[in-house]
Amino acid sequence: MNYYNLLSISVFFSDFKLSFVKTFIREDRWLQFLKGLGVTLEISLFAVILGIVLGFAIALIRSSHDKIIGKGKCRRFSDYVLKILNAICNVYITVIRGTPVVIQLMIMYYIIFQSSRNGIIAAILAFGINSGAYVAEIVRSGIMSIDQGQLEAGRSLGFNYSKTMFYIILPQAFKNVLPALGNEFIVLLKETSVAGYVALADLTYVGNLVRSRTYEAFFPLISVALIYLVIVMILTAGLKRLERRLRNSER
Amino acid sequence: MKDEALIKVTDLHKVYGELHALDGVSTEIRKGEVVVIIGPSGSGKSTFLRSLNLLEEPTSGTIEFEGVNITDKKVDINLHRRKMGMVFQHFNLFPHMTILKNLTLGPTKLLKMDKSEAEKNAIELLEKVGLADRANAYPSQLSGGQKQRVAIVRALAMKPDVMLFDEPTSALDPEMVGEVLDVMQELAREGMTMVVVTHEMGFAKEAATRVIFMDSGKMVEENTPDQFFSCPKTDRCKDFLSKVLV
Repeated sequence: MNYYNLLSISVFFSDFKLSFVKTFIREDRWLQFLKGLGVTLEISLFAVILGIVLGFAIALIRSSHDKIIGKGKCRRFSDYVLKILNAICNVYITVIRGTPVVIQLMIMYYIIFQSSRNGIIAAILAFGINSGAYVAEIVRSGIMSIDQGQLEAGRSLGFNYSKTMFYIILPQAFKNVLPALGNEFIVLLKETSVAGYVALADLTYVGNLVRSRTYEAFFPLISVALIYLVIVMILTAGLKRLERRLRNSER
Repeated sequence: MKDEALIKVTDLHKVYGELHALDGVSTEIRKGEVVVIIGPSGSGKSTFLRSLNLLEEPTSGTIEFEGVNITDKKVDINLHRRKMGMVFQHFNLFPHMTILKNLTLGPTKLLKMDKSEAEKNAIELLEKVGLADRANAYPSQLSGGQKQRVAIVRALAMKPDVMLFDEPTSALDPEMVGEVLDVMQELAREGMTMVVVTHEMGFAKEAATRVIFMDSGKMVEENTPDQFFSCPKTDRCKDFLSKVLV
């Protein structure tokens, strides 16, 4: 090996070391990454919870509407309430799925949260409401996948409609849609990377900030990518375990 | 109390669009009777059975169960359904629960029985149908005949006053039909009131106290099994019997 090669390797490594120090050590930038990660996780976690609550509620309204009223006429007062709720849900799903999440986020922050400018809350609401529309359709497909006979068996024992849903239909539906739900959560986690649009210092935002400060692109961007990857892998492993536990009855 | 009417059906109609599935059915089912309903497919026999606990909502007509008009909108049907056990063609066991849980769900949640008592009852019922050793298995681990026996005791766990069977052996492999019919005959011997839609003429002959023949949404003939099978009154019945009794 000649002298020139050796030199270039050592230059490469000292550059590498310098880049690393610039990206993470100097000005305690690793703390910024950590805080960014915290913001990303906070938004994702609460948005997922909100999405699940909204999604299940909407799925129940929509599938109950289809099952109870269907194409028939409203007979009771509760039928009319259900019909109105169903119409609201349809509008919600259409609007949310029909517009980009970044726009929804900006509307939430710059218009609805205009006076308070609480970015975290605005982001949680925007992403949660967005996710709810997708979760709703996933859960509804799960409910529809359950054989009609299950509902009849529950009703014939004397369970009312909602108890049949709760004890019999939903547990089975949930098991069927778990892979799709997991997918939705992963998408949601990564979608929060646009939170920087409303001046939130999430993980992606921090990575980009450090890049522009240090004129180093490699370390900040690759590390941010790796952090997302690791979180998604942990999430996937957790979902896989849950799926296995729920599948006990299919031995 | 044998002749007390448990279920009284008056002029029941069910219309699906163009189809008149039930066309003015009236009958009474008394305590302790085993009524077998037969007829060609599409004759409305399943619709009739499913109307009895309002799984099918009749278009018009009334059903009185234990003196209460359950077709009245103000009646809470869920309370009355507890007293009417139902067994389906496709078993409809709850696949996400063990056999034991299938049997105790109704009693614990609806009858507010405590868990240990409900489980004791469930095991006793499972012993009766020879499946106590499968209490902790899941439905997917059972054969069709075993599933249907579990489905029968799941309905019995609610201590019903009448049992409705909707073609309980039609989805079974031939060698499993016997074990289910045995359970049903045992039940009949114990005096349970039963309404059975079936194609098993053997069961009708052996266990029925009355046979109803239905065609195109109407009750064409009603008779004791002996009379019905030996000398059917109508041509439609004769024709049907000549085809099924080879």
